[in-house]
Amino acid sequence: MSVATSEVTAGETQTVVAARRLRDTRTVFIGVGRPSTAAILARMVHNPELVLVYESGTIGAKPYHIPLSIGDGELAETADSIVSVPEMFNYWIGAGRIDVAFLGAAQIDPYANLNSTVIGDYAHPKTRLPGAGGAPEIAASCGEVIVIAPHARRTLVEKLDFVTTVGHGDGPGSRERLGFRGRGPTAVITDLGVLEPDSQTKRLLLTQIHPGVELDQVREQTGWELEVADELQVTEPPTAEELAKLRELLER
Amino acid sequence: MSLPDAVAELVSDGDSVALEGFTHLIPFAAGHEIIRQGRRELELIRMTPDLLYDQMIGMGVARRLVFSYGGNPGVGGLHRFRDAIEKGWPHPIEIEEHSHAGMANRYAAGAAEMPCAVMRGYVGTDLMSKTSVAEISCPFTGERLVAVPALRPDLAIVHAQEADREGNVQLWGIPGVQKEAVLAAQRSLVTVERIVDELELRPGGIVIPGWVIDAVAEVPGGSRPSYSLGITDRDNDFYKFWDKLSRDRDQFTDWMYANVLGKEVPAT
Repeated sequence: MSVATSEVTAGETQTVVAARRLRDTRTVFIGVGRPSTAAILARMVHNPELVLVYESGTIGAKPYHIPLSIGDGELAETADSIVSVPEMFNYWIGAGRIDVAFLGAAQIDPYANLNSTVIGDYAHPKTRLPGAGGAPEIAASCGEVIVIAPHARRTLVEKLDFVTTVGHGDGPGSRERLGFRGRGPTAVITDLGVLEPDSQTKRLLLTQIHPGVELDQVREQTGWELEVADELQVTEPPTAEELAKLRELLER
Repeated sequence: MSLPDAVAELVSDGDSVALEGFTHLIPFAAGHEIIRQGRRELELIRMTPDLLYDQMIGMGVARRLVFSYGGNPGVGGLHRFRDAIEKGWPHPIEIEEHSHAGMANRYAAGAAEMPCAVMRGYVGTDLMSKTSVAEISCPFTGERLVAVPALRPDLAIVHAQEADREGNVQLWGIPGVQKEAVLAAQRSLVTVERIVDELELRPGGIVIPGWVIDAVAEVPGGSRPSYSLGITDRDNDFYKFWDKLSRDRDQFTDWMYANVLGKEVPAT
């Protein structure tokens, strides 16, 4: 059963699409915000055994509420295990024990490389962003990376102001040359659709468009010449269950 | 020891100081005492500067900042941190930034008295050319790795739930890099929620023996608006409030004088 598209916000669709990606995932690494909401929703709807791992060292957290920070008390109280930061990065992330990582970024380029450091010049930035956090090593070592970001020209840019995190580098073979063990970004989920790297060129292709979104709108909001998959899918709208559970979660 | 006495004895202008606590157990009260005592030119080291370093930077305490993620967790940016880097207010600061993995390994190397740590990371990023990291190859397998230099702060300050009368400290919940920071530093100060006759060992608790700690000060609520699991709750509303308040220099200054310094803003 689906719900009339007009009732669903773009953000809700984005969250639901991200949650669906976790149907068969064992472990997911998440930051706060929409990624966290999506992962908790996935546990509620698709995959109750999903292991949530937060950077703060909480492994197997089972939050009832959407946490504001990655280190909220509820994550510690419900975790299967709590580890130190060096252990988190060396034994769990670096060792490749996490299947999927959700990451955000201020800028994303056509090879899904990410910038979360500065807009403008590094020494004299126009906007100083928070910085790398765990992202570079998460993207290098987790099984795959799913990027969640707003679809806007200033976000999806031809060239990054700063490469904080390597996605597919400058194309095929980049990750192998750098010695990365994870597969890298497999999707960029936006509020307009889903972009996935082309299997040959590794450049992002629009593979999925959300219901009610026009292709021209996606082109307009993409800062490079958008390439579209031959078989562009329209996203299956959120089901009544997905939407009800998401809204209930946001209300908690 | 009282907190003012401990800070007066252990913190000098120009020191490198790491106040650690990863979202949890952030030593706010100790940082505020450093501001009140008017310390200057500090090298402030912290994985996540958080609101505490935003306040210290905005009050002109920092000469240099070493960090890996300068955001307000789940809320947005840190406005005083941004203003200092983008516009040099209240004065310009130097920065050295790393990834979380890099910072965590740097502390661990410091704790082990090793000169550096070996890890996978940084390669391919623009951070490589902007920070202290070097590519090396594994002498056994030839694998491409990086080395990051050990962190050896003059002083580490952490907050914990409990200490006993001998100065042994126990913390539980998210442990962050506090133990590593204490062991990596030349000197250390631990503030605690309470002092007890005997530590009751907790599941997942970490005990830091008193003989590696220079001073313990009892400061109930000393991590607010961060939290001390089982004793105080994280004040998420304050983190949201800070996002609004700290955007404006005057509002920020007024708030710090009223709530941290406890006096009127001097006329300029």
